[in-house]
Amino acid sequence: MANNTIPDAGEKQQTLLGADELILNMGPQHPSTHGVLRVKLKLDGERVIGSECMIGYLHRGVEKIAEHRSYQQRSYQQFAPYVDRMDYVAAVSNGLGYCEAIEKLLMVEAPPRAKVIRTILTELQRIASHLLWLGTHALDIGALTPLFYCFREREEILKIFEKYCGARLTTHAFRIGGLQYEAYDTLEKDVERFCKAFEPRIKDYEDLLTQNRIWLGRTKGVGILTAAEAIALGATGPVLRASGVKWDIRKAMPYAAYDQYKFEIPTGKTGDTYDRYMVRMEEMRQSRLICLQAIENIPSGPIMARVGKVLKPPPGEVYHSIEAPKGELGYYVVSDGTVQPYRVRIRPPSFVNLQSFDKMARGGLVADVVAIIGTLDIVLGEVDR
Amino acid sequence: MQAVTQATTEFVKQNWAPLVCGFVVVAVLPLIVGYVVLVERKIMADMQARLGPMRVGPHGLLQPIADAVKLLIKEDIIPDDADKLVFWLAPVLSVGAALLAMAGLAIGPAFQIAQGINIGILFVVGVSAMGIFGIVLGGWASNSHYSLIGALRSSAQLVSYETAAGMALVCGLLFAGTLNITSIVQAQYDQGIWFGLLAPVAFFVYLVASIAETNRAPFDLPEAESELVAGYMTEFSGFRWSLYFLAEYTNMIVVASVATTLFLGGWLRPFPRTHWLDFIDFLPPLLMVVIGVYCLIRVPKQPVRVQQLFMLAVAGMCFAVAVVLAAPMLGPLLKPSLASAMKPFFEGIHGGFWFIFKVGAYIYFFMWLRFTLPRYRFDQLMRLGWHFLIPLSIINVLLIGIAMIVGQYFDLTGPSLLLTTIPASVIALMIALFILAVEQKKEPQQQPGAATPDSYA
Repeated sequence: MANNTIPDAGEKQQTLLGADELILNMGPQHPSTHGVLRVKLKLDGERVIGSECMIGYLHRGVEKIAEHRSYQQRSYQQFAPYVDRMDYVAAVSNGLGYCEAIEKLLMVEAPPRAKVIRTILTELQRIASHLLWLGTHALDIGALTPLFYCFREREEILKIFEKYCGARLTTHAFRIGGLQYEAYDTLEKDVERFCKAFEPRIKDYEDLLTQNRIWLGRTKGVGILTAAEAIALGATGPVLRASGVKWDIRKAMPYAAYDQYKFEIPTGKTGDTYDRYMVRMEEMRQSRLICLQAIENIPSGPIMARVGKVLKPPPGEVYHSIEAPKGELGYYVVSDGTVQPYRVRIRPPSFVNLQSFDKMARGGLVADVVAIIGTLDIVLGEVDR
Repeated sequence: MQAVTQATTEFVKQNWAPLVCGFVVVAVLPLIVGYVVLVERKIMADMQARLGPMRVGPHGLLQPIADAVKLLIKEDIIPDDADKLVFWLAPVLSVGAALLAMAGLAIGPAFQIAQGINIGILFVVGVSAMGIFGIVLGGWASNSHYSLIGALRSSAQLVSYETAAGMALVCGLLFAGTLNITSIVQAQYDQGIWFGLLAPVAFFVYLVASIAETNRAPFDLPEAESELVAGYMTEFSGFRWSLYFLAEYTNMIVVASVATTLFLGGWLRPFPRTHWLDFIDFLPPLLMVVIGVYCLIRVPKQPVRVQQLFMLAVAGMCFAVAVVLAAPMLGPLLKPSLASAMKPFFEGIHGGFWFIFKVGAYIYFFMWLRFTLPRYRFDQLMRLGWHFLIPLSIINVLLIGIAMIVGQYFDLTGPSLLLTTIPASVIALMIALFILAVEQKKEPQQQPGAATPDSYA
């Protein structure tokens, strides 16, 4: 068949019946590759004996753009909206990471009020991102309904974003040095209302899935990643935590206002798809608690630190990472003292987590492949940049 | 030549009624299927906190027609590498088998195309199983990997679950003692109990197996959209695709009708022989009146005049159906002499209502499962079939047979036969669960990375 002309994925292996192996080209146009991921699968019957992820279909050269924005000589600010387009389902987190990295470079600190509001919005964004993951992951495994429930709640979060900054998806909510907008009057009330309503909703999702025999069969023991493997492959975020490693940058290297709040880091044991599911579900609960704590006491004061209209950081370099919903999102920025960054290197969690795909998929069935793509929670905008 | 023409004329003269019925079924069924799809989408929307199709016609009532027109005028694409003849033949085969199976079904005592066919159930099951050829050939002819995997999954699945379904049907047939569909329903009337109650385990097995046979979720692996794009239908589009679609939904109606006939008392109303419950006969027209009144209330709330008229027409239709349902009952009340003349009408019309009602309930259950459950994986599906359903159905047939003999020995008939069949069903279920537990223990735990044998490789 025509598809056999594409080169082998991985090394040759013995098939069960000594038959030819089947090369299945999954994507870039496929219902469950979450965008434009292309996976070449080498199959023995339905069993995966090799795989190769082919990425780059959504490459826009984000890092290069950072070096070249010079419109009105406000390059650092000009680039800020671009990072929202990487992980477009968690734009607020991307923006936070970038703003804080540049603030570190400028040696300024955002005022406390800005920090708390940043924390609230980022945690809401984490819930929104996990909701989207839950919906699509369940849809991949065949449960149609959770998707719409998840979107219903995500919509509430997006409405809060819209009220705050006018945008829902690529929000560009923060500015370097603080916030562009003062929080609107009923922000606390909106967040509180959402958090109150959200608790029973999580239970609804869990009722549909957690104890479901089919769900257990599809996720337990699928795509196992041991702690050692996860660390070796550089996995971060829920993927790492589900393997039993208690590593969360919010605790390890607190940023924004996270050091003020109490929350748990959920971890798994076996590192299979079910554990990753449970970890993310618990993370949503914890994020909700952080939001509730944060709205209790939002300090008053200015929302912007004193930064100039044109940012000219002193020459030097900085690496700043945050715990994005998908894992460690790092920005390495080099300044040569001009108005443009000399280099911006981004460590996207999805890209690094995707490297463990082959490890997880090998030995599974075709149906497991979509479960693993779902459980890695990748966003191709971030993988390809 | 003339002899042939004469024979044909003769045949048509003798069999004009079934021919007309068949024509009606073939002509109307696509429309019915279209509306089943609309109902499915509406139910799905209701369960998923949204509205569903709302644009075409009031509450999307014209959506099926718009969809059909769209599918018919789409470009007809045959892939270059496809086997053209088989690609053309496959959907036709699939839909042909499904439509042919409809011929054996009896919707009410009056409406059956193949009147009095003595192997009724066997005919329906056999012919509808032929639809699998359409799927396998279609998957093969498309010359695409997704289609091929879908077709292979489908064939393996159908073979596994057809066995269990057949065994479950045998249970019902043991009680009926006949394959003739009319006689089966009559037997349930005579014995005064649905066979589904006499053999609940058999009904359960048939329920599960019929979902798997019609490729519905959670057993929709042959067309698992998140894995295989559209499985065997991946390369089909437009009219050919709609033929497959028609076949799938027709098959759903067929299995639901078989289950209704054999396990749910066919066109009999609930408790057909309990006379103090005769008021149940008034429920169907009452139901239609209630729906009609609801539509009437909704009329002023429609934003556009056309939609108001349409809603009014729907209400009118409901009232018309209510009148049709009520007429054979009210007639004798006004003129007692009409009672005997009205009886066949009453049975035909109300039988049709109850049959469609039960089939609808069965299909609703299918839809409910589809929106609630995730999808099985292939090896899990096979394990469920071979390690649980097939042993269960075979043991169940054996034990139900023994229960019937014991029942005869003690002169138990009708509902009192429950005394023997229910324990038999429970024992069968327990043995099957035991077998399942033993099998699971024997099975080596799947090692990640190790090439363990495929279920069907």
